[in-house]
Amino acid sequence: MSIPVLKFDAVIVGAGGAGLRSAIQLSEAGLKTAVLSKVFPTRSHTVAAQGGVAASLGNSEEDHWHWHMYDTVKGSDWLGDQDAIEFMCRKANEVVVELEHYGMPFDRTDNGKIYQRPFGGHMSNFGEKPVRRSCAAADRTGHAMLHAMYQRNVKANTQFFVEWMALDLIRDEEGHVLGVTALEMETGQIVIFHARATIFATGGAGRIYHSSTNAFINTGDGLGMAARAGIPLEDMEFWQFHPTGVAGAGVLITEGVRGEGGILRNSSKERFMERYAPNAKDLASRDVVSRAMATEIKEGRGCGVNKDYVLLDVTHLDPATIMKRLPGIREIGIQFAGVDCIKEPLPVVPTCHYQMGGIPTHYSGRVVMPQGSDMAAIVPGFYAGGECACASVHGANRLGTNSLLDLLVFGKSAGDAAVEDLKAGQVHRDLPKDVADKTLARISALDNRKGGADVHETRLAMQRTMQDHAGVFRFNDLLKQGVEKILEVEKAARQLEIKDKSQVWNTARVEALEMENLIEVAKATMISAEARKESRGAHVRDDAPDSPEFPNGRNDAEWLKHTLFFPQDGNRISYKPVNMKPLSVETIALKTRSY
Amino acid sequence: MSKRTVQFSIYRYDPDQDDAPYMQDISVDLDPTDRKLLDALTKLKALDDTVSYRRSCREGICGSDAMNINGRNGLACLTDIESLKQPIVLRPLPGLPVIRDLIVDMTQFFKQYHSIKPYLINNDPPPERERLQSPEDREELNGLYECILCACCSTSCPSFWWNPDKFVGPAGLLAAYRFLADTRDQATNERLDNLEDPYRLFRCHSIMNCVDVCPKGLNPTKAIGKIKDMMVRRAV
Repeated sequence: MSIPVLKFDAVIVGAGGAGLRSAIQLSEAGLKTAVLSKVFPTRSHTVAAQGGVAASLGNSEEDHWHWHMYDTVKGSDWLGDQDAIEFMCRKANEVVVELEHYGMPFDRTDNGKIYQRPFGGHMSNFGEKPVRRSCAAADRTGHAMLHAMYQRNVKANTQFFVEWMALDLIRDEEGHVLGVTALEMETGQIVIFHARATIFATGGAGRIYHSSTNAFINTGDGLGMAARAGIPLEDMEFWQFHPTGVAGAGVLITEGVRGEGGILRNSSKERFMERYAPNAKDLASRDVVSRAMATEIKEGRGCGVNKDYVLLDVTHLDPATIMKRLPGIREIGIQFAGVDCIKEPLPVVPTCHYQMGGIPTHYSGRVVMPQGSDMAAIVPGFYAGGECACASVHGANRLGTNSLLDLLVFGKSAGDAAVEDLKAGQVHRDLPKDVADKTLARISALDNRKGGADVHETRLAMQRTMQDHAGVFRFNDLLKQGVEKILEVEKAARQLEIKDKSQVWNTARVEALEMENLIEVAKATMISAEARKESRGAHVRDDAPDSPEFPNGRNDAEWLKHTLFFPQDGNRISYKPVNMKPLSVETIALKTRSY
Repeated sequence: MSKRTVQFSIYRYDPDQDDAPYMQDISVDLDPTDRKLLDALTKLKALDDTVSYRRSCREGICGSDAMNINGRNGLACLTDIESLKQPIVLRPLPGLPVIRDLIVDMTQFFKQYHSIKPYLINNDPPPERERLQSPEDREELNGLYECILCACCSTSCPSFWWNPDKFVGPAGLLAAYRFLADTRDQATNERLDNLEDPYRLFRCHSIMNCVDVCPKGLNPTKAIGKIKDMMVRRAV
């Protein structure tokens, strides 16, 4: 069967923050670029980011990229690569100032500069005390940012393919990446995008968990495509549970609430974070705060009839501050908790939020994987940035506001790397003869299967398994059972059945294809988590407790290494070393992490 | 807690199968935690995977799930089920071509948005650091930049229904004023020229449906009034 081929210099999959930032580089360099997105660009999930983007602008007090770097390395529990972290922190001012130039409506200080607020884990002078580093547009920073970048792309005449879903990565026999197959949702047509450079900016897969701050569209499509094409997934055991999701609804409440002075309280109104993080208190790192909350709830100090949440209290703040700095949060509280936070505290629980792992990349945005003795050989023609990529800057735990920074810095550098490689003569390589066979077979099987598994039920089974077996705290026996259960779910996910047979805007088909991507991510997470026998950052397990030999349960002698999961190779796991050598400064030496 | 059931009457049309659109009555059992209309639609889709609608963030910030709910445009994710009279009548946004079920073709809406040059125009060489803007000048953008492009406003506007190709519509004009109001933007005259036309701006007759339905509480009519004031001031 012959299917249409569209030829571009570059194809970008995803039009959230990272994709739009890459697209600016390519369009402004005059390259013929296609940007594919399942949703209209401003509906991508970057739009939901609230609290800010980190940059050591020092607009309100002294700050330095080196302090930011230190905080990020410490936040990552030393699993982040120090070259990538230095690169990101040094680029922060540049990319944030660029956004301002694009027209982003940042809040302002009295002297007209970009407004900055404190955020968890961001400290001055190598961990001394909280610093105002988060550049914010009220509590709608992601919205303001995504719209500003979309607008810049309109100016640059970027060509968008809106409501197209990429299905499979095209690689030739030598491993070069040549583009993607994609589905036009409106017509059901499948098309080949043949490109000299392919950039993935597909975001995270927070929908593998039952309780998630993530949008419905966050289904790990890029990870699924990479996995099916033989690319390993890195550090997938590390998932961030955001401390403050609205209890029940899962909707995000920004850490900026605590940055503006909000306090977490248990059933006896105690400010319990003072016991867990005497220095940073409510502004400790997210993994630390989420575990403290989970512990309070587990030990019976939760609130409500079922004692299953804690309270985020801003009633002591000036209502004018709430209306000016946190207006969106007030709306969310009223909408999803039935609570006006000016008058009453908000019910919150730790909620799945961010995927620290992803497609392995170099800090230039080029995708890398082991080849022979080279643990990080470049996959020619393939680039990734943002949440779908693992540079790795977040390591075992991401700091708040570093996600928006990641998508700016690595979206831009992936774009720059593609421009550089294209100018250096990267050509359109011939498409393999069987280029779309696997995609077409998958679609045809899905459309014709009878007596298969229900998509909704299968997704629910996956989400419950992940929630129960790989949550905030992890247990050896539950992880072992979790691996078995998720492999069972995988069998169902390979046999999905849909009732909708229409070619026009078939959302059932899209959800089934998304499920095939989600399961790759869920499986990578569970198997990688079961295999890592230490506690580090967001991965804390019962059989690796805090001890004098292994403070916080972290075992650097054995486990200071990145996980690489190869699903196409019998779910094999291997490891690669953490890069402890920054670009220009001294290594930030291993230390026990406390806040 | 006992099960709740809601009754729906939903606009259905699949051009691949149906000769004409029809209204379908469906009822769905809800869990106590299902609070918003989108929660009910998610339950409904689990029963019948052919029901088609857009959705993404489920918290009122992405603007995907705009639809006509009991005769009024709104976002499914921000609409309380309890606030709705049953059967809940769901139709696609009015005034735009229907692709399938509750999914409309938004081409015309975005064409109008793009027509106002929705990006900052400033031809000075960018400075090393951020351009300065006073907090007061920044405050002028409040109530303008928060638009989520859901199209609830433009598709509730009779002037947009009659002339979707000529009248920019409330969402596009709100965006136009967002840039006119920005002290960093230098294209005021060009932007006003672009709107000086019997249709593009002046088809707004202050019916204010846009203000009534905006799920973000924004006021396009007020912004349109301010653009008209700028036109007048420029003329004298």
